[in-house]
Amino acid sequence: MAAIEMKNIVKQYGDGFPAVNDVSIDVEDGEFMILVGPSGCGKSTLLRMIVGLEDITSGDMVIGGKRVNDLAPRDRNLAMVFQNYALYPHLTVYENIAFPLRLAGASNEEVDKKVREASATLELDEHLERKPGNLSGGQRQRVAMGRAIVRDAQAFLFDEPLSNLDAKLRGQMRTEISRLQRRLGITTVYVTHDQTEAMTLGDRVAVLKRGVLQQLATPRELYTNPSNLFVAGFIGSPPMNFLPATVEGNTVKVPFGSVTIPEDKAKRAQGKGLLMAGIRPEHFEDAAVVDSANKSSGSTFKATVDVVEWLGNEAYAYVPFEAPPEVQEQLLQLERDLDGESLRTQLVISLDGASRIKEGDEAEIWVDGSKIHLFDPATGENLTLDTSAAGTIPSDTATGEVAEQQDAVATPAEQEGTTGT
Amino acid sequence: MRRKTGVGTWLGFIVILVWCLLPIAWIVSLSFKSLAETTTGSPQFLPKDATWENYKVLLGMTDDKTASHDFLAALRNSFGISIIATILAVMIATLAAYAIARLDFKGKRLVLSLALAIAMFPVVSLVGPLFDMWRTFHLFNTWPGLIIPYMTFTLPLAIWVLSAFFREIPWEMEQAAQVDGATSWQAFRKVIVPLAAPGVFTAAILTFFFAWNEFVLAISLTSTTKSRTVPAQMSYFVGPDPFNPPYVQLATASVIVTIPVIIIVLLFQRRIVAGLTSGAVKG
Repeated sequence: MAAIEMKNIVKQYGDGFPAVNDVSIDVEDGEFMILVGPSGCGKSTLLRMIVGLEDITSGDMVIGGKRVNDLAPRDRNLAMVFQNYALYPHLTVYENIAFPLRLAGASNEEVDKKVREASATLELDEHLERKPGNLSGGQRQRVAMGRAIVRDAQAFLFDEPLSNLDAKLRGQMRTEISRLQRRLGITTVYVTHDQTEAMTLGDRVAVLKRGVLQQLATPRELYTNPSNLFVAGFIGSPPMNFLPATVEGNTVKVPFGSVTIPEDKAKRAQGKGLLMAGIRPEHFEDAAVVDSANKSSGSTFKATVDVVEWLGNEAYAYVPFEAPPEVQEQLLQLERDLDGESLRTQLVISLDGASRIKEGDEAEIWVDGSKIHLFDPATGENLTLDTSAAGTIPSDTATGEVAEQQDAVATPAEQEGTTGT
Repeated sequence: MRRKTGVGTWLGFIVILVWCLLPIAWIVSLSFKSLAETTTGSPQFLPKDATWENYKVLLGMTDDKTASHDFLAALRNSFGISIIATILAVMIATLAAYAIARLDFKGKRLVLSLALAIAMFPVVSLVGPLFDMWRTFHLFNTWPGLIIPYMTFTLPLAIWVLSAFFREIPWEMEQAAQVDGATSWQAFRKVIVPLAAPGVFTAAILTFFFAWNEFVLAISLTSTTKSRTVPAQMSYFVGPDPFNPPYVQLATASVIVTIPVIIIVLLFQRRIVAGLTSGAVKG
């Protein structure tokens, strides 16, 4: 077990594609670190640089106090679970798990003891003599993990391990990985593009965009204090709503009306002209179901609800709105960065399950003004950020220059094949 | 409708079977006839008195050893030369194909097109130069004298077959092995080669059959039974009079050299089942 320190890591491919740009992340001993971002953000490349499958252009990779830049993968003593599991199809489950031990020259008794231990942990006992081809997706996933835990590796590395499983199994395996990691207390770096996995599994989460680190913080910090528009839009499901806004005194004017915000937040956004207000869906509510005590702390407005999706415990209401062209452009760009389709500009509101709002209703909506974030539309920077509870934010998170360089080499889709994200 | 297709299929099946198997049946039938029966010119299909005599003569089980036309020596040469050529060709082709499939190096296309060019080159045109060279190098009428050209002419095909197989194997297999602590060589030997086994066997069989059946080089680059292979040796089978070749013995020799081919195909057809990699990656 060891800490992993990445210092100013840069990866530039032979064709000039800058996949990872000056990323510094320190993973503490025993910590569960998540690397998250949309496809093509360099998260897999970064992981492969940790394990040694990808050369490091510049910067230092330090594992357990030792610089490993020039070490071959086999000398780094790390265990990795691949996205497609990469089990050896010609070997039985037993031999698959035993493979690293056999390479290390362990005695037969030792191999047997450790393999049995691992298989008991992962409940693979009755499958030991089978070939990977005859196993289900979840079982293969566990064999891949068995191959990782059987060695006394310094750290575990996971490359999108759950993306090939169906939704239900994914949930179960997620819990399983989390439990296993807590029990073994081993340093873990986990790559995913799924923000739910990032939020639920990680001690800390590193959000990457175009190979540039955006924010490195605990899931709670990321959720409540996103450093910029990108992080705010990426973390949370359904995503945060972005509305054009102007600040006058303590009130923020948004398309539906005006909302009162706390004084300290308002102060930081004075005189900035047109801003972007970020409000999470759950910070809205049907005014009819809000306690009168809470009601006073927020503002209410009237809006025509377009679509309602009722899920039982809660409901999502959609309210379309028109955004001015300068904000529209920014929203479209954000949507592209987040791997999404450019949708209509609409407000997503999470309502209590008890709410009776129907489609087409003109409803009275309550909004919690204290939870509003204000972003500078030009830079994307969060003006209302509480830096004391936002983890680490690199001094330069701008991706404009990198994006230009990347686009000059290839479109992200074309690059997919070579970066292996 | 379905019935109609069935009848057509069966009809085609039978036509092809007859077309392919009739000559073989004819050879087998001939091999059981006595020498006298063919020289007197009797055209019936089945032998009048089936006899093992031809087999006994050729395999040297009779008192008169000279009558066997040195068939056993030729058989030994055939086996030795074909097996050695196969092993060498497959080993070299495996390494070359792996490099072609995995590494990015300058002149990769050149290597591949050169290999293809060699495969298309007419063997006959090389007989003269090879004959001269081999005499100078003292390789004429030796095993290496045949092994080297056999290997050379089968390498291109083996490389193409194997590199296709290697390209099918996901990169992650090797990377996983390397992360698990394997050197590049260990990853290759313990993971890649077993996975490419169907390809290796296919290449080996193709190479073996080429060497086993080859005639032009075998007759041109040998002069004695020291290195002459069966196809070449058979042209030296002489009957009681020069105008009447011993058809029954030729047929017998043909049957005997066909047996190993059949055995190999039966043995390895299970191994040549591709799809061994199924289950390696997401299913």
